[in-house]
Amino acid sequence: MDLGPYLLLASMEGAVQAAVLALTAVGLSLVFGVMRVVNVAHGEFFMLGAVLAWWIAHMVGGHPSIGFMVALIIAPVLTGLVASVIDLTILKRLNYDPESTIVATIGILYILQQLVLMTYGADARPVEAPFNLRFYTPWFGYSYYKLAVIAAAIAVLLGVWLVMSKTRIGLILRATQLDSEIAQAFGIAVNKVYAIVFGAGAALAALAAVLIVPIQQAHYLMGADPLLLSFIVVIIGGLGSLRGTVVAAVLIGMSDGIISVFFTPTLAKILATLLVALVLVFRPNGLFGARAA
Amino acid sequence: MTDNKQKTNLTTRRGALKKIAAGTGAIIGATSMPLLGRYSQAHSSEPIRIGFQVHRTGIGAAYGRWYDRTTMAVAKVINDAGGINGRPVEIITEDDGTDPKRGAEIVEKFATKHKCDVAYGTLFSHVVIGSAPRAGELKIPYFVVSEGHHVASGMLNRYTLQPGITDVKSQVQAMAPFVSANLGKKVAMIFPDFAFGHNHRDYFSEAIEKQGGKVVAKIAIPPTETSFTKYFPKIPRDTDVIYHVMVGPAVLTFVKEMGEFYGPNAPQIFGFIDSLEAVDLASPGLEFLEGTYFWEGNPRYAQKDQSEYDKFYRKAIGIDANGASISDSKDVSTYAHMFGCWETMFTIKDAMEASGYQSPKDRAKMIEAAEAITTMAASNEHPQGDKLFNGKTHQVFGKQYISKVNGQKLEVVHTTSIEDGFYPDETDYTKKPF
Repeated sequence: MDLGPYLLLASMEGAVQAAVLALTAVGLSLVFGVMRVVNVAHGEFFMLGAVLAWWIAHMVGGHPSIGFMVALIIAPVLTGLVASVIDLTILKRLNYDPESTIVATIGILYILQQLVLMTYGADARPVEAPFNLRFYTPWFGYSYYKLAVIAAAIAVLLGVWLVMSKTRIGLILRATQLDSEIAQAFGIAVNKVYAIVFGAGAALAALAAVLIVPIQQAHYLMGADPLLLSFIVVIIGGLGSLRGTVVAAVLIGMSDGIISVFFTPTLAKILATLLVALVLVFRPNGLFGARAA
Repeated sequence: MTDNKQKTNLTTRRGALKKIAAGTGAIIGATSMPLLGRYSQAHSSEPIRIGFQVHRTGIGAAYGRWYDRTTMAVAKVINDAGGINGRPVEIITEDDGTDPKRGAEIVEKFATKHKCDVAYGTLFSHVVIGSAPRAGELKIPYFVVSEGHHVASGMLNRYTLQPGITDVKSQVQAMAPFVSANLGKKVAMIFPDFAFGHNHRDYFSEAIEKQGGKVVAKIAIPPTETSFTKYFPKIPRDTDVIYHVMVGPAVLTFVKEMGEFYGPNAPQIFGFIDSLEAVDLASPGLEFLEGTYFWEGNPRYAQKDQSEYDKFYRKAIGIDANGASISDSKDVSTYAHMFGCWETMFTIKDAMEASGYQSPKDRAKMIEAAEAITTMAASNEHPQGDKLFNGKTHQVFGKQYISKVNGQKLEVVHTTSIEDGFYPDETDYTKKPF
């Protein structure tokens, strides 16, 4: 294949990955930024979104696009609710102690994974894409759905940015992120904010999963890769910085796509992890991270 | 949770307590009685315990589910016909998570904790390679259903046998003439990056070169990969045939993305059905496979000339004419592989009966009896077809099927002979000590 089309394909693959990764990582970053909780179970919320999407699409029936659209709304909401309940019943009781919450979320990771294994089973199951259209260049064909994923992710990220910067709830979130004690002193119900943020973070991961599940498939072990990549992205971008997270997701996603196509996927992972190490050495707070409060 | 027995599918804590209580009671009762003469009688009616190492979770789960169903079905058929040597067969199932380390632990558990007579049932080649040495050390016969060439290559040991399914070397050697004569000479190979895939890479390259063909690209993909488009540009433009074999939870994505990438301009495609085992061929996105070819170990769709044996076998497991579960047409089986479980169980039975197997001390005699087996005729016991067992290499040889996708079903277009898969012996396990 000539270099031009080769590069085009690599960039599109990279962009799809970057889009999904940005959504997932923004969820992780939001939770860390506001709550200072390192959510090791984040990948399992991603997985839960995909599995719920399969279930919903399976139950709805009819044209695949109906099931998919229903799943796109309900799966993230349900996942968010599950996460909020976990926050209220577990994390709150640990007083959001950093070490304890890490251990607790590791436990939640296994519980969610095993629950899905026991109910949904060990199979990978596909969700039908809402539309099955492709375009063909003289060198390769590509699915329009993948382009739609990129567009949807950009729209959602814009939405998150608008909420965070322009709305009252965004103000409350930012206030809590800056200093939760002062925020509480100003009458913000911090516990409620935490439950909402934890739910919203999980919902973003679930949304990313619903978008990706027509391309990949819902499988109980699918949470591991997004978790690892999200951590890489969040560390590079700066913990708690939404802008940094998005920039890092694009950087990692695109470089992963391009390096995977031109060289090997393993090399892409090696370089991403190396980048994390370098960032930790030279910019411990990430590319865009502010010094932790 | 992963440790359950066929008869008591759910081991609850209460159930376990009851059993311990009953067991303790029995021991106390027994010790107060004269024991002489009682043991041998009790012993002969004791079940034959077959330790079934299954990929219930992990990347081999779809295969595991069907290996499990096949094993339970064949155990029932054997038990209904009077068991082995007049003793009932008990299947003791352990999940290895498709993980070699766990596999070795499970073989040990079978030998020491469960007191199994034999271990059986492993599929994924890396798990076999990880587990077999432990079986050799513990001197427990280990019957694998794996396709890997590692048994016949001499890499394993006298206790490891593969009498139910042919190995990759034999399969690909039988495929190469068809590929080069009908599809093309320049082949690009896509295979999973572990022992099983490496067998494909090495032995198919060798076989196609003998046919005057050439492998123009070798693309290894990790079996845990989830996204595949990035690999397809590595296939050279002038490729005549894409040869694909893939395993793992993302096989459907793999084949779909191949279709997306090529669209209507695809080269010829020859796949091993592994790439779509347990996947419905009528899945959306697979339309492009129409007219392409697949290797099948056993034809998934009931053919026009379906044998009585195949009918019996399908019925016993509960599979319809499309190779799916009769209770759920979306639950597609791993039909091209799981017959190996069925046939292996009958070989275990034959070897035990030929050697007059009574207890684990007869294990060596049983291996010798298995090594003495040569022909296996097509029958209810061997529904896939005639086979020849090579006692020296511990490997069975049989027919292979090549099917064409026609109307989203697979139609057998060529059946190889058993001899097409022969190659010179690479080892002689019978000369190795027990």
